Amino acid sequence: MPFQSNVPAGELSEKWKQYRSSMPLVAPNNKRRLEVIIVGTGLAGGAAAATFGELGYKVKVFTFHDSPRRAHSIAAQGGINAAKNYQNDGDSVYRLFYDTIKGGDYRSREANVHRLAEVSVNIIDQAVAQGVPFARDYGGLLANRSFGGVQVSRTFYARGQTGQQLLLGAYQSLSRQISLGNVELFNRHEMIDLVMQDGKARGIIARNLLTGKTERHAAHAVVLGTGGYGNVFYLSTNAMNSNGSAAWRAVKQGAYMANPCFTQIHPTCIPVSGEYQSKLTLMSESLRNDGRVWVPKNQEDAAAIREGRKTGLDIAEGDRDYYLERRYPAFGNLVPRDVASRAAKTACDEGLGVSPTGLAVYLDFDAAIERYGKSRAHSLNESNADKGRIRQLGVAVIEEKYGNLFEMYEKITGEDPYVMPMKIYPAVHYTMGGLWVDYNLQTNIPGLFAIGEANFSDHGANRLGASALMQGLADGYFVLPYTIGTFLSQEIRNPMVDPDGPAFMEAEAKSKARIEKIMSINGTKSAETFHRELGKIMWEYCGMARNAEGLQKGRRLIRELRKEFWSSVYVPGRVDEYNPELEKALRVADFMELGELMMLDALDRNESCGGHFREEYQSEDGEALRRDDEYAYVSAWEWDDTDPILHKEELIFENVELKTRSYK
Amino acid sequence: MTLNLKIWRQGGKYPKGQFVNYTLDGVNDHMSFLEMLDVLNEKLINEKEEPIAFEHDCREGICGTCSLVINGYPHGPMQQTTACQLHMRHFHDGQTITIEPWRSRAFPIVKDLVVNRDAFDRIIQAGGYISVDTGQAQDGNAIPIEKDQAGHAFDAATCIGCGACVAACPNASAMLFVGAKVSHLSQMPQGKVESDTRVQRMVAQHDAEGFGRCSNITACQAECPKAISVEHIARLNRQYIGATLGSEKVAN
Ligand SMILES: Cc1cc2nc3c(=O)[nH]c(=O)nc-3n(C[C@H](O)[C@H](O)[C@H](O)COP(=O)(O)OP(=O)(O)OC[C@H]3O[C@@H](n4cnc5c(N)ncnc54)[C@H](O)[C@@H]3O)c2cc1C
Ligand code: SF4
Ligand code: FES
Repeated sequence: MPFQSNVPAGELSEKWKQYRSSMPLVAPNNKRRLEVIIVGTGLAGGAAAATFGELGYKVKVFTFHDSPRRAHSIAAQGGINAAKNYQNDGDSVYRLFYDTIKGGDYRSREANVHRLAEVSVNIIDQAVAQGVPFARDYGGLLANRSFGGVQVSRTFYARGQTGQQLLLGAYQSLSRQISLGNVELFNRHEMIDLVMQDGKARGIIARNLLTGKTERHAAHAVVLGTGGYGNVFYLSTNAMNSNGSAAWRAVKQGAYMANPCFTQIHPTCIPVSGEYQSKLTLMSESLRNDGRVWVPKNQEDAAAIREGRKTGLDIAEGDRDYYLERRYPAFGNLVPRDVASRAAKTACDEGLGVSPTGLAVYLDFDAAIERYGKSRAHSLNESNADKGRIRQLGVAVIEEKYGNLFEMYEKITGEDPYVMPMKIYPAVHYTMGGLWVDYNLQTNIPGLFAIGEANFSDHGANRLGASALMQGLADGYFVLPYTIGTFLSQEIRNPMVDPDGPAFMEAEAKSKARIEKIMSINGTKSAETFHRELGKIMWEYCGMARNAEGLQKGRRLIRELRKEFWSSVYVPGRVDEYNPELEKALRVADFMELGELMMLDALDRNESCGGHFREEYQSEDGEALRRDDEYAYVSAWEWDDTDPILHKEELIFENVELKTRSYK
Repeated sequence: MTLNLKIWRQGGKYPKGQFVNYTLDGVNDHMSFLEMLDVLNEKLINEKEEPIAFEHDCREGICGTCSLVINGYPHGPMQQTTACQLHMRHFHDGQTITIEPWRSRAFPIVKDLVVNRDAFDRIIQAGGYISVDTGQAQDGNAIPIEKDQAGHAFDAATCIGCGACVAACPNASAMLFVGAKVSHLSQMPQGKVESDTRVQRMVAQHDAEGFGRCSNITACQAECPKAISVEHIARLNRQYIGATLGSEKVAN
């Protein structure tokens, strides 16, 4: 199978422009005769489906959700980046490109990232035209804020609900195309296999989740916008139903999985409270602008807090260790996500954790409350305001800035974060890895494309905040609608694909057999139990810190778990009915294989970079050691049940110089 | 704590639909309401019973998937809180909790606590959008929008499409949902152009789906997890009247 990045020649800043004006087009009359299947209605899939409909292709769009509007993208809080330079603070396309490459610890493809930065500006315009109510300044112009790891203010936002508003924009455009008859919507339909014919992706097998019936759907090309696989860890900030199965089904047909071990662990999430825990909730990165992270200096205090004999308030200032400020004086509490997460783990590993489980650190707003209170008192001319008054004024400022987050925290934990310092701990949040794609966003299977979090393309080993929304929409609105032409222009002479052909019948029979097999095991343990077990193995051996021995052990444990699953899982209910337990079992089966591949990938990568930290490769003071001469490549894995094969795409840096990230 | 759960089951063993009682112990304060149901389901599966079907996804109050009527209240007794954000510390040992699905002709029951809300999608398809193709947009700052006005539009846009308003309304009207979208789009300059046709088409679809008439009871506002105000229904009404009486153009 082909394995070339297909990056066009030319100057970095001219590549996309030139390529776009010279790539093959499909004439309008031919578009009507070309069918495209899009799986996923998140930002990436929703945007692509709407745009393809507008362009005149015949589109079928699939989602396992009951409505396109419920895709996981809806939950994004913080914002979306764009190189608009509306703040006149020196931002530019090049700077956004550079920040993204550097933030990704030099493990992404220059040309893709530059293109992303270029089209970022169009996304904002498009969203505004759709009626997305972005935050605005008093003059009525668009407002911005800044996010971790960068020095400009380029993040656009809609309160704490940016993902929701952007997704509704895409959803509404998609709805318009549905009503015009250009797009056919299949909600509550889950893709359970990819159909290949003559070496090309030609359709999918879908399960109607209401009736349980399998269906065959054919097209000239298939696009996966099916999101990330963070739920392989069981506990993550992802929505409960997010899963990696669509991508994994493609992998089982020969698609390459790229950098599967690159996962982002977000430092500020609400800690686990018990075994029944089903998911973790993110507390936005913006909190680190004002919150100070600390643990007690000595273990006795930490133990007393864990046992409930003391609280954070009882620890005197001198007995607290503001470890981020101590270790990283230049960036302090605002170091990038991977660095902050590892530091929290180190503190807890040293026995300094502050929740009953031992896995939490404090995020404290006391200093900010006092600082804001004083400044407020000053501006109100209250020079003799007492402590209580200052506090009251300070709390009001914090409430204005983070009120909804504080409220969410209180709802979940039952503790008042204005009084008690928040307890936080890192949690799995995003997967940089994904299906390998070339410059056209085509996988190594001709006719199969991957967009959004489902592909690996733009974030290297670590994603910067507010860049996932940007990438999903860039892929869906402004990149794929052009690049898919390189494939589809070759298809205009091919008739409609027949969903009753032998390849489809065979694929359907295989899918049905797989479902029957899972149902017939009739064992004793629920799919959920296996998922939880898998999550523990992944977190222990392939989480924030990894080492060769642990990764080997992890792989072994997963293989054992896989065996146990196929002999003792119990799936209640019937095949031909609405059956969420069956859906879950099929996804967990795929997650286990994917988890195994993640272990292998992490084992292969004998370096530390971005979200991937190998304990063997660290500097004396515990910082990540990247090894560019040997590992500046994308690992693209071809699945094999015993011995997956590694293909390497060398990363060539012509425009940026590889440097060690330093936040000290 | 130990709870007595009275849960609506429909489909499978209970073809006609009925309440079934369950006793669940070992529930603790920190669990969310849905985690409590997870624990019950795990128990049922271990006993080889069919678990209770309920829908959920984000579990943080934004996707609009969860849809339980708890002790008679859509999303439970806490104001401005979705069922998934509700925690067990608000219940007490020995309490009886009744759990039902949304009930409305336009939201047919799929199984147990799961309903079909496709009608909402069809209402949006009827006109809940601004007709702009990808690539046609002008610069984002070309049309300034006054900060407060953008804020008001946002207040309407924050609707999560859950359907609690319908479940709360004695007439099973979806006017709060429709009003929220009409109000969001018509308050943005970009959305004004189509506002007359939009409101007519969306209301027509609302009626065609079998949702009831709004008679200003305002139970919807009280139960809406996002505190969408009935003011948006008033704006819809004004616009609807203007569009149908004042305009020559009647949407088809
Ligand atoms: C809590 C949280 C906050 C975040 N905040 C931000 C932020 O502030 N800024 C930012 O840039 N990023 C943020 N992110 C990341 C960002 O939200 C996601 O990366 C992005 O939304 C993914 O979009 P997507 O379109 O690729 O996939 P998704 O939105 O996950 O959509 C996947 C779609 O695929 C469908 N699907 C999947 N599998 C199948 C199948 N087998 N069959 C049929 N349909 C299928 C689903 O139904 C769904 O429609 C956040 C993430 C989380 C978890
Ligand atoms: S108006 Fe409120 S109750 Fe009705 S769908 Fe929207 S968020 Fe739910
Ligand atoms: S599960 Fe998403 S709002 Fe409740």
